[in-house]
Amino acid sequence: MTLANPSDFNGNLQPQGWLRYFSFSLDHKVIGLQYLVCGFIFYLIGGALAGAIRTELATPLSDFMPRDTYNEVLTLHGTVMIFLWIVPVVNGAFGNYLIPFYVGARDMAFPRLNAVAFWLIPPAGILLISSYFIAGAAAQSGWTAYPPLSLTTPAAGQVVWILSVLLLGGSSIFGGINFIATILKLRRPGLKLMQLPMYCWAMLGTSILVVLSTPVLAGTLILLSFDIIAHTGFFNPALGGNVVVYQHLFWFYSHPAVYIMVLPAFGLVSEILPVHARKPLFGYTTMVYSIMAIVFLGLIVWAHHMFTSGTPPWMRLFFTIATSFIAVPTGIKFFNWLATLWGGKIALNSAMLFSCAFIVNFVFGGITGVALAQVPFDIHVHDTYFVVGHFHYIVYGGTVFVIFASLYHWYPKFTGRMLNEDLGRLHFLLTFIGFNLCFAPQHWLGLNGMPRRVAEYDPTFTTLNQVSSVGALLMAISTIPLLINVVVTALNGKVAGDNPWNALTPEWLTSSPPPVENWIGEAPLVTEPYGYGQHQDQPQEVQA
Amino acid sequence: MCTVPIRTVLTVITATTALVLTGLWVGYNVNMLPLDASSNAPTYDALFKVLFSIGMVLFLGIVILLVYSLFRFRRRSGDLSDGLAIEGNLPLEIVWTAIPAIVVLFVGIYSYDIYERMGGMVALNDHSAMAHTAMDHSAMDHSGMASGEVSQARVWGGIGGAGMDAAPTGAVLPVEVTAMQFAFIFHYPDANITSGELHVPTGQPVELHMEARDVIHAFWVPQFRLKQDVIPGQPTVLSFTATKAGSYPIVCAELCGPYHGGMRSTVVVHEPEAYATWLQQNSPASTTT
Repeated sequence: MTLANPSDFNGNLQPQGWLRYFSFSLDHKVIGLQYLVCGFIFYLIGGALAGAIRTELATPLSDFMPRDTYNEVLTLHGTVMIFLWIVPVVNGAFGNYLIPFYVGARDMAFPRLNAVAFWLIPPAGILLISSYFIAGAAAQSGWTAYPPLSLTTPAAGQVVWILSVLLLGGSSIFGGINFIATILKLRRPGLKLMQLPMYCWAMLGTSILVVLSTPVLAGTLILLSFDIIAHTGFFNPALGGNVVVYQHLFWFYSHPAVYIMVLPAFGLVSEILPVHARKPLFGYTTMVYSIMAIVFLGLIVWAHHMFTSGTPPWMRLFFTIATSFIAVPTGIKFFNWLATLWGGKIALNSAMLFSCAFIVNFVFGGITGVALAQVPFDIHVHDTYFVVGHFHYIVYGGTVFVIFASLYHWYPKFTGRMLNEDLGRLHFLLTFIGFNLCFAPQHWLGLNGMPRRVAEYDPTFTTLNQVSSVGALLMAISTIPLLINVVVTALNGKVAGDNPWNALTPEWLTSSPPPVENWIGEAPLVTEPYGYGQHQDQPQEVQA
Repeated sequence: MCTVPIRTVLTVITATTALVLTGLWVGYNVNMLPLDASSNAPTYDALFKVLFSIGMVLFLGIVILLVYSLFRFRRRSGDLSDGLAIEGNLPLEIVWTAIPAIVVLFVGIYSYDIYERMGGMVALNDHSAMAHTAMDHSAMDHSGMASGEVSQARVWGGIGGAGMDAAPTGAVLPVEVTAMQFAFIFHYPDANITSGELHVPTGQPVELHMEARDVIHAFWVPQFRLKQDVIPGQPTVLSFTATKAGSYPIVCAELCGPYHGGMRSTVVVHEPEAYATWLQQNSPASTTT
């Protein structure tokens, strides 16, 4: 395999300077940062929507916004956070920036496809948000869009929602194909698969899930749009359709989507922990196998979202068992991370704090997840705030914490400057306290009778809902030190140097920020990305 | 490996014991659940306590280990050296593959037992009869094996507890439930009563036959620990036996439109005599309303 000639796609035709971030750039680093900034803007929008939800729920009555607006807000919140923030950032942003470095390539396998994948996102996001203003009424049937509700709510908004999710799904598939091709085919000669940094394995597993399951969602949503526009009866019981079939098809994508959001985070944490603990990643081989086990099991657990949908007993049992067993490979990963820390020289900086908080939050969410997998347990708490608490512990406490850890870890590489540690610790403290205050009480609320997606609730639940809303307010405030930090340090932060963490993975073996073609000269061959403690005096020798 | 100091071994054993005891104490003494008012609620609560205890032990164990490591192995200022170059330990990894596997296996078998005791494995109806009378969809018959059952509607899932604790005190009380935006309507076919509230006696198994008119709803009584979606076009069944007299909320748990949060009703559980009185007062024979 020869490396692609960089001059084919990275010549002077590309804009230079800050303008390139607004261009159809083919540079994987530019595209990665485009994903990151674009995703963060949508995070702020999704966060504002979450703030609206928590404001409504600060009182038991539906008194802050009209009820159908509330349903639009919760639908947009879920869709924006999943499809425009977490999936694009944890895959697109860090994947694009890091994967070519990790495999020793100068760019992704298909740079133009890569740029197309990114540039589908802003229009899809604007389309989605604008449906609130233009189409009269945005989608109101939740991010799950279950028929027949999605067939009876205002059609224009629902169709715009479908179009937007189809575009985002397309972007995701393009990205997935690109990552698989890059990891398997663009590896620098001499670099073996089992020498790749763990994030490559996580992205390989994730991309397999993306490519296998996203087309199913696309097909399902196209059928749903036929039902809305052309009055077909695939999912319309009045015309002989079957609403439960939609749920099977939807969750065939949307459960793997949880792993599409979480596996890359596992990969990123596996990169961050060894650097700041100064120890090799513990149990590399078992980590790789557990990722692949999660990918396989992740594809056969979808019906655990449907335990109350009239699912027959044998199906309930099968999906209980399959879901429970995901705890085994996931548990291995967490024990291996703890073992990575054990005996290290741990620097408790912002990147490390967010990574360790990820472990705490995700273990909590994982334990409630195993409980939820048990049919008899789930029948009581399904579709309640217990589930809301659970999945926010997974996707926010898990993935979003890792996104922040990654930002502190790779910001010096992106910009050549360090983020301020004091502001970083403040950001961490506010986020961690706010997050737990917001979502921990929701488990009790769900167990005691509060269903999800409601604008009003029994007054006995008022106190804990207000605690939760205060937590949400703290989370909103926590973005202020982050924003100040990013803006101020980008202008005049401490100069980072090429490798401020003394890390061994290949992205640090070049300048910060890196040149357009990643390395001056040939890409380094890094066969031991976690070789800490072996050469006590200097970083691992680079064999060129 | 073979020269672990005895003090370390003792510390680990003591810590683990303390941890397990703490987890068990929390799991069995911190009440997170509402009143238990159906025959399967105590069964559910037993499962909850077990899961809560195991979860507590694992969560506390991992958090303590993590926080201890962060303090014990923190980088001292000025120390730029690396940690130990340990890349793995196969016996250790086998141990922590086995622990979650055993825990998960135990939890799975235990919750299967609970599920069976709650009546989840009782076949509600002939599952091979796929055809649906109301729709007369011939395309669906291809998978139906028993052609003689074609006329019989398939009843979907649900906790079918009718047979399990069928007390000899009385036969099953059937109630037809219709869910619509944004209300539940309860019809008693035997007494020909239609009501906006569900009235049931204690001690008698009740079988709800549910179907939705418009969109998907869900019937949930937190105090019964039971929930079942109510689906348009696919009748579902839910069985329970109420044990404690009182009024409990019926909550719609599936997003069904703007007034989803307001779609609530009440289940009134009577002592058998009081139920008989209610039945008499409300049956069309004795009242004109």
